Amino acid sequence: MKVTADLDLCQGHQMCQGEAPDVFAFDDDADQVVVLQEHPDESLRPQVKAAVKYCPAMALAIEED
Amino acid sequence: MAEASSPGFETGAGAPSATSVKEVSYAVPDDGFGHLAELRIDPIGLLQRTRDECGDVGRFRLGDRDVVLVSGAEANEAFFRAPDSVLDQAEAYPFMTPIFGKGVVFDASPEERQQMLKNQALRGDMMRGHATTIENEIRGMVADWGDEGEIDLLDWFAELTIYTTSSCLIGKPFRAELDASFAHYYHDLEKGTDAIAYVDPYADIESFHQRDAARLKLVELVQAIIDKRQARGRVPREERDLLDVLISLKDEDGSDHFTADVITGMFISMMFAGHHTSSGTAAWGLIEMLRHPEIMKDVTAELDDLYADGSEVSFQALRSIPRLEAVLKETLRLHPPLIIVLRIVKEEIQLGDHVIPEGTMVGATPKVSNRIPEDFPDPELFDPGRYLDERQEDLLNRWTWIPFGAGKHRCVGSAFAMMQLKAIFSVILRDFEFEMAQPSESYQDDVSKMVIQLEQPCRVKYRRRVQTRSTPG
Repeated sequence: MKVTADLDLCQGHQMCQGEAPDVFAFDDDADQVVVLQEHPDESLRPQVKAAVKYCPAMALAIEED
Repeated sequence: MAEASSPGFETGAGAPSATSVKEVSYAVPDDGFGHLAELRIDPIGLLQRTRDECGDVGRFRLGDRDVVLVSGAEANEAFFRAPDSVLDQAEAYPFMTPIFGKGVVFDASPEERQQMLKNQALRGDMMRGHATTIENEIRGMVADWGDEGEIDLLDWFAELTIYTTSSCLIGKPFRAELDASFAHYYHDLEKGTDAIAYVDPYADIESFHQRDAARLKLVELVQAIIDKRQARGRVPREERDLLDVLISLKDEDGSDHFTADVITGMFISMMFAGHHTSSGTAAWGLIEMLRHPEIMKDVTAELDDLYADGSEVSFQALRSIPRLEAVLKETLRLHPPLIIVLRIVKEEIQLGDHVIPEGTMVGATPKVSNRIPEDFPDPELFDPGRYLDERQEDLLNRWTWIPFGAGKHRCVGSAFAMMQLKAIFSVILRDFEFEMAQPSESYQDDVSKMVIQLEQPCRVKYRRRVQTRSTPG
């Protein structure tokens, strides 16, 4: 899978860090999400799915490789 | 009848003009203000007919303005992605100015304050505290319910959400000073959102007189709280709330920086986005579950299971409750609290095949987009299954599933709202069972104002559940 974050939409809620801390981080200066792993291991899928589902800005997506 | 109407814009050959967009027909005769008459009677009919007759980009007339209405994924995306420099919302809601007070919201300065007021209280790390606050408010509201009785959904949820929003956004000490009278006056403000404000925000109509009287009453209530605070004197930092901070700010000559009028306006505006929206969604969520007993049973079972281990509502409301969440999403799809969101064009913008000139009003419509049959099969059907497993119709249709709007201006309180709704149902569905107190089809929205609310009466009966869970003692 490929994880994408639409930075035009991110509002800086930082919910994704709670759901999938190995995949998402936060850039304090830009006040926006940082994708740490574009292609995370399959074992992280449930966490990433939760991050996508609960992003209050609907800024995250999973694309299948 | 429509003439090219953007003030100061030359409509010479080749210049962009909103009139290139097809205008919707009239179902209510034009009384000189275009489609305003229909917007005040049957706004949903007008918005749906605009899409039906004109497609993804249509147009209606509001006073002397053109309103270009978009729907469908492509046009919605262009609308919601446009930056503020292209589509601006500051002037799009003239009916809010007399409610907030002049100069309160859109030119609030400095910027840091706005940031502090709007964002910080909604950050993820603040949610745990809010969840506890909300649980306590709900338990306080049901404490005097007894074993059975009847409530009016509008009154009850509107009062509850006054307490939760004031407590979470302004602070517990301020909330502690409020009673049902604050909720009552606040409701009169919300009723003062007649679309006639697009022609004259101070028109001589009953609901505007009530609105202005209610605002004065709210200023009085806030002034009384300020007076008490000043008589009391300073308190330790950890006991202060936002009101203490605002009244401590002084100008160079030592006078108060903010009057009670301005502070009241700031509080009204902070609470506005989270009040009628959450209140209405909670009420409609309950009505839809009463209309679909099998779904009610399913959600109640989910909650009973979830809390069987004795866990706290303030803990679980922040976590996944899939079937309840799906019910809430489907409630929001069919009953979006805002049926239209508006902007003013600041730089010409392409929407569909049309270039829309500066000065035009443009709108997107959650009510219509949320029911586009290509995106939401069998759109009138209340089906929480749309959000489960592989269907995920909200994520698949990011630009048409828009009860919270979309893009940069997507509702910044959506996570707070979902948490609050999960907390509400976690408490009331486990302790009580509900029953309609009037015919199912009689639960309807009053759509005569821009702020849509349930039409009264909207009563339901409750009865305390026979406890199947083990209770201590």
